[in-house]
Amino acid sequence: MAANQTLQRRQSQLTRGHLPSYAVWVVLGASVILGAALASLIGFSVVGWAVISAVVFVIAATLVTAVAEGERKAKDRLVTYLVYGAFLIALLPLVSVLWTVLQRGVPGLSYNFLFTSMNGVTGATDNQALENGTPVLGGAYHAVLGTLQITLWATLISVPIGLLTAVYLVEYGAGKNLTKAITFFVDVMTGIPSIVAGLFAAALFALLFGPGTRTGFVAAVALSVLMIPVVVRSTEEMLKIVPNELREASYALGVRKWRTITNVVIPTAISGIASGVTLSIARVIGETAPILVTAGFASSINWNVFSGWMSTLPTFIYYQILTPTSPTAPDPSTQRAWAAALLLILMVMLLNLVARFIARMFAPKTSR
Amino acid sequence: MSKRIDVKDLNVYYSKFLAVEDVNINIEARSVTAFIGPSGCGKSTFLRTLNRMHEVIPGARVEGEVLLDGDNLYDTAVDPVTVRGQIGMVFQRPNPFPTMSIRDNVLAGVKLNNKRMSKSDADDLVEKSLSGANLWNEVKDRLARPGSGLSGGQQQRLCIARAIAVSPQVILMDEPCSALDPISTLAIEDLINELKAEYTVVIVTHNMQQAARVSDKTAFFNIAGTGKPGKLIEYDDTTTIFNKPSIKATEDYVSGRFG
Repeated sequence: MAANQTLQRRQSQLTRGHLPSYAVWVVLGASVILGAALASLIGFSVVGWAVISAVVFVIAATLVTAVAEGERKAKDRLVTYLVYGAFLIALLPLVSVLWTVLQRGVPGLSYNFLFTSMNGVTGATDNQALENGTPVLGGAYHAVLGTLQITLWATLISVPIGLLTAVYLVEYGAGKNLTKAITFFVDVMTGIPSIVAGLFAAALFALLFGPGTRTGFVAAVALSVLMIPVVVRSTEEMLKIVPNELREASYALGVRKWRTITNVVIPTAISGIASGVTLSIARVIGETAPILVTAGFASSINWNVFSGWMSTLPTFIYYQILTPTSPTAPDPSTQRAWAAALLLILMVMLLNLVARFIARMFAPKTSR
Repeated sequence: MSKRIDVKDLNVYYSKFLAVEDVNINIEARSVTAFIGPSGCGKSTFLRTLNRMHEVIPGARVEGEVLLDGDNLYDTAVDPVTVRGQIGMVFQRPNPFPTMSIRDNVLAGVKLNNKRMSKSDADDLVEKSLSGANLWNEVKDRLARPGSGLSGGQQQRLCIARAIAVSPQVILMDEPCSALDPISTLAIEDLINELKAEYTVVIVTHNMQQAARVSDKTAFFNIAGTGKPGKLIEYDDTTTIFNKPSIKATEDYVSGRFG
């Protein structure tokens, strides 16, 4: 008798009861129907329906699994669904915010909005637009320019300071008391409320150039106070994970320490540093309070960060909502505010994409 | 272009801890010298003092003299960077620069020091160094590819090419084959045999067959116990060390018996 004929088909010793893959969908369908029934008992609403269905589904799926596949699988399933549930709950506010901003912002996002300022736009203009049904005039061009200029200057100030601080901390100051002090103060700086940073910059420039000095540059200084600790921390972490072997390889070739840092250590870590810098920009681009006390508010275009008041998108939104251009008809202002909010989100998203692109471009290549 | 190294009364410290005590050794030019001994006996530490890489570690210091053709490396006026330019080093794990291509890895010693070099000179140097490391035929078609894409053995030979591209007098190797397979190890050992025609080679190894195969002279280091300093026990021709060592500890170690 051939050996393979002795192998009869039988229940494997290694398997247990196993639910078919469609079982989950059946349970889900039943739960949704049951959920609808239960929800209508207490007064039907979509939210109630979803919540009750979800609870019923988790309980039912766990019970069914416990009966068919055993206790361990049931626990696994329960925890899996709870994790999914936590994820969905965490996602809700994000989706909701995006949806609201898109819904209210898109109508206001016109060429006119993007490329004109609020210069000459008065309450009368808004009232007229509303009466005649013509497009809303006035836009956030000046605020976009202000945001870009102030953020650019803040980056120009913070990146060199933050980068050099991190280089000192990792490459030169290991174990020194100064390093401990810097690390401590950087941690403290991370926790500074943004309004305090704004007041600091305002007070500093009031001392240097007389009271009431409000320019884009003062705002940039305020923002850099907020940015520097973030840049230092992220750069420090990135420099720390550069393997020591690379530094030693470079020293062993007779390369000086500073050239090793600029040509080996920083290029190896550059992708992480770049994304850290971008994240720090994303952190400060939405700041409102420090801009208000340092750059004031403007409704016309200002190309010069060193003189005159300046608007950014957050302060633009703030003023459009708080003091509508036309007090009797706030709708055009509200529309502009939502459009500006959408623009701000788009800018931050774009920044994140740029950061990912930079990170990929500079990342050490490993392909064969 | 190779120089001899004479070490006189060298004590090596990590902060207050004496890691290697009272080493006296004369390393001949154009020869291969192997350091053997149990883990933690200070052979790698001692090797790193020969090109002043030891002091890269915070708190590490050295007492005594290391003479490179009569010039003391540890003279106060000596710039460690000059020393490392003359005494190259290959590490235990292959460590090509991940951001650089194969070609740039070979030229790293030149480029990172910001020396100007014409393209044809650079091409010649790349070919000469890679040929010297027996790697040219394997990578000549992909010099622009990243060095980290090579196999472990190729990466290690790339590191050797990178070390000889700065034309050093001495090449130190810290267990260069411990992360490699037997075939790559053989390639490196052949290479060491060729290198000694032009360079002074010092190699640390845990593999006694390797020491017996590649080296002209062998130094045996040992340690009396944990926390005690490592010492140079015996230093002689490799054949003597492996066949007729004069000290019992050496004989126990090379024959695989301990204690």
